[in-house]
Formats: sequence, structure tokens, C-alpha cells
Amino acid sequence: MSTAAIGPPLWLLAELTYRCPLHCVFCYNPVDFAQTQNELSTDDWLRVLRQGRELGAVQCGLSGGEPLLRDDLEIIVAEARRLGYYTNLLTSGVGLSAERAAALKAAGLDHVQLSFQDSTREMNDFLSHTKTFALKNRVAAIIKAQGWPMVLNVVIHRMNIDHVDRIIEMAAEMGAEYLELANTQYYSWAYLNRDQLLPTRAQLERAEASTARWRERMGEDMRIFFVAPDYHDGRPKKCVNGWGSMFLNVTPDGTALPCHTAKMLPGLAFPNVREQSLREIWFESEGFNRYRGTGWMKEPCISCDQREVDLGGCRCQAYMLAQDPAAADPVCVKSPHHHRVAEAVARADAPGPARTEHPLVFRDPVNSRRLAGQTQS
Amino acid sequence: MTTPLASTSQPRIGPGFRLQWEAAQDCHVLLYPEGMVKLNGSAGQIIQRCDGQRSVAAIVAELELAFAVQGLEPDVLAFVQMAADKRWLVWS
Repeated sequence: MSTAAIGPPLWLLAELTYRCPLHCVFCYNPVDFAQTQNELSTDDWLRVLRQGRELGAVQCGLSGGEPLLRDDLEIIVAEARRLGYYTNLLTSGVGLSAERAAALKAAGLDHVQLSFQDSTREMNDFLSHTKTFALKNRVAAIIKAQGWPMVLNVVIHRMNIDHVDRIIEMAAEMGAEYLELANTQYYSWAYLNRDQLLPTRAQLERAEASTARWRERMGEDMRIFFVAPDYHDGRPKKCVNGWGSMFLNVTPDGTALPCHTAKMLPGLAFPNVREQSLREIWFESEGFNRYRGTGWMKEPCISCDQREVDLGGCRCQAYMLAQDPAAADPVCVKSPHHHRVAEAVARADAPGPARTEHPLVFRDPVNSRRLAGQTQS
Repeated sequence: MTTPLASTSQPRIGPGFRLQWEAAQDCHVLLYPEGMVKLNGSAGQIIQRCDGQRSVAAIVAELELAFAVQGLEPDVLAFVQMAADKRWLVWS
């Protein structure tokens, strides 16, 4: 693909830290996150922001881990806003006091996306392994008081999907402008816990029906996004809208990735913002060029009439489920490995409780170090 | 709630949206949480005048003068109404 055909990285996601007070079982951060010690400095991040803006980035996501754990967050927000980014803080809300919110507002923060695990205290606290539900309610009020548009993000799975009706009601009561009901994507921690998290088809259908009823009721007052689970769809998603097409993720240690989880892929070197400019990274690096467009495809993708629509789906899912990052995403019914997805869905649909071979694995440093040790041995 | 659109309405950019010129896109864009709308030339000409001070009638007059054309009011009203339906614009 020629440089001229490559658009700008419109969406710059800055993962400021892997540190997090929560321990969510569906987290997409890498399982070995605890090995990352060397976070980028404030000056590194300010340079990344400037370089991104020069490339045409307009949306800046500040994420993690929990970005509020960076005490230079206000400095980073102020520079992002000054450069002309629309600044999005993606947070669990832990650490967002009224004072901190006022300081972030003064720095120019445009929007806060608050994650909830469920509508009920018990499930929220269980799934995130902390006592946070009351705090999140307080934080939601703080967000509204600052006049920020509020996006609530709730990751949906087998254990909370039957509460979707109540979750939407909660979002409406809080005055959220947008609600994202994001079905779990099975990477990293969520992949470890997949058998416990995959919903049944019947659960999904009920949740979609509830969502449709609430959409009709709320109209434009609250926009509800239901991110469909690709395991059940049989259709691959156009992951991050196409590899290296608009999304650029910078991890806490400065590794630049074309998607949140691409670092898992074997045989592929990803550049670091400490060593290269974003321009070199975006246009010239092997990591960003390898799966751009359709030139890397093999069968069944290469002759498929949907190849430009879904771009073969997700490279990480192909690697995880077919052990080949250039294979068709196995969620696709045309994939020769689709039976692995179908079997997982069938297990989820089997009567009785979810089949569990191990207890839920919470995302925390102790589990991370244990699992990193396993993968190295 | 916003009152019905009239030529005396004074539209402004809705809360949560930001209008800016993007050189990389060569157009005006509206930014909102995790998203962007690219505006075509005429939409950009209208919306950059929606500052909460100018009325629709004033915007129409300015555009008719700037582009030496007449009869723009129906187009401007239609755009402003569409933009309000999408929450890009509000007025008192």
C-alpha cells in the first residue's frame, strides 16, 4: 500500500499506565502486564501527542489501566486540548474526586467515559473484585456536574447479561447521553475466563430485545450502542476499522500498536515511541504495514467477496484460535477453524451452569506474574 | 427542550460537540465523544456562523451576500433542523 493511500491515525489511544485499582475478569490488557515497569514520562507523552496531531489525529483517548493514577494527567490533557484533540478520559472512576474533576475540566477535558461492571452493587463489586459501586454512582454525579457528556460503558457477559434491562434503566436515571453495552471480546483476561463469560444465544436475544425496547423509549435522549459478540454472529468484525487504517495505540512503555492486543502476535516487531517518530511508525514500520489492506490474505479470505468489508476480521483472534495470524478470523463461518468457535458457543448453550475448568481469574499483578511465568516456561 | 425552529432562532453548537477546521481533512469537522463528522463546504459555511448570537435570518443574509446568491433560507433551515435532530446544534 503506498503512503498516499494510508489515511491519518484519527484515533490516538494513550494507555498511560497498566496500574489499576480494579481487577476485572474481562480486561483486555495483556496477561503479563505486571512485567511492564518502565512507563513513559510526561515529556514522552507530550511529544507523542504533538506528533500524532501533526499526522492528523483528532481523537485522543486517555486510558489504561486507570489513567487517574498518573498524577500528570492534567498536564497531558491540557496539551492534548491545546493541540486541538477531542480529549476522552476512559476511567473506572476510582480517584475522580470533585477536585480532580474540576482540575481536568480546567485543563480542557472534553468527555469522560465511565465503566460500570453491572447495575447491581453485588455484581459490580464481584466482577471488578473491589467495592466500587457506590463510588461510581458518586462519580457519575460529578461528571454531570462538570457538564461533560457522559458515556457509560458496561462490558456484557454471561453473568450480567440478564440484567441489561436494569443496566439501561440505571444509565437513564444517571442522565447518560450514550450507553455502550459492549459484549465481551475474548482476548487476554477475558480469553482466560471465556467459558465463564460466554452468554447463551437465548440470553443474547433477550438482551437485544430489551435494548430495542429502550431505544424506542429513549430516542435521541440516550443513544444505546449494543456491540454484538462476534462469536455468535458467524461474521468477522472489521477490527479497529482496518489494521493501520485509523487507530494507533501507545502502551504504557511506549510500544506502538495497530490494535489493543496486537503485541501477542508472533514474528512481528512493534516500534517504540522512545526510538521512532509516530510518522515513521505509522507509515514505515513493519508492525503497522504487515496486515494493512488485503495483500497479506490467504484463502478463504483472498477470494472472498467480503474481503474489503471485514478485512479478514481480527488478526489476534486468528492467532489465538487458528495459531496463524494470517488466517481467516475463525469466527467466520468460512474459516476452516470455525468449529473451535462453534464448540465454545455450544458449550455456553449447554444446559446447566457454565462449564468451568478453573475459577475466574482476576486481573491483578499476582496472577499476571504467575501467568507470565507460565508462558515463558 | 429546544423550541421549534424559526428564522429568529439563534443556533449554537450543542453540548459535547466541538467544531473545528481540520487541515488534514481539508474541511470543518464536528468532534464528539470518540467520533467525528466531516462537513461538506456548505454545511461548514452555515455551521461556523452558528454562534448563539446570529439568528438564522442573519446567517442567511450573510451567506447570500458572501456568495452573491438569493433564496438560501429553505436550505439553511433544512440543514439547521437536520443538525438539531442530531444534537449538533441547539437554541433557546
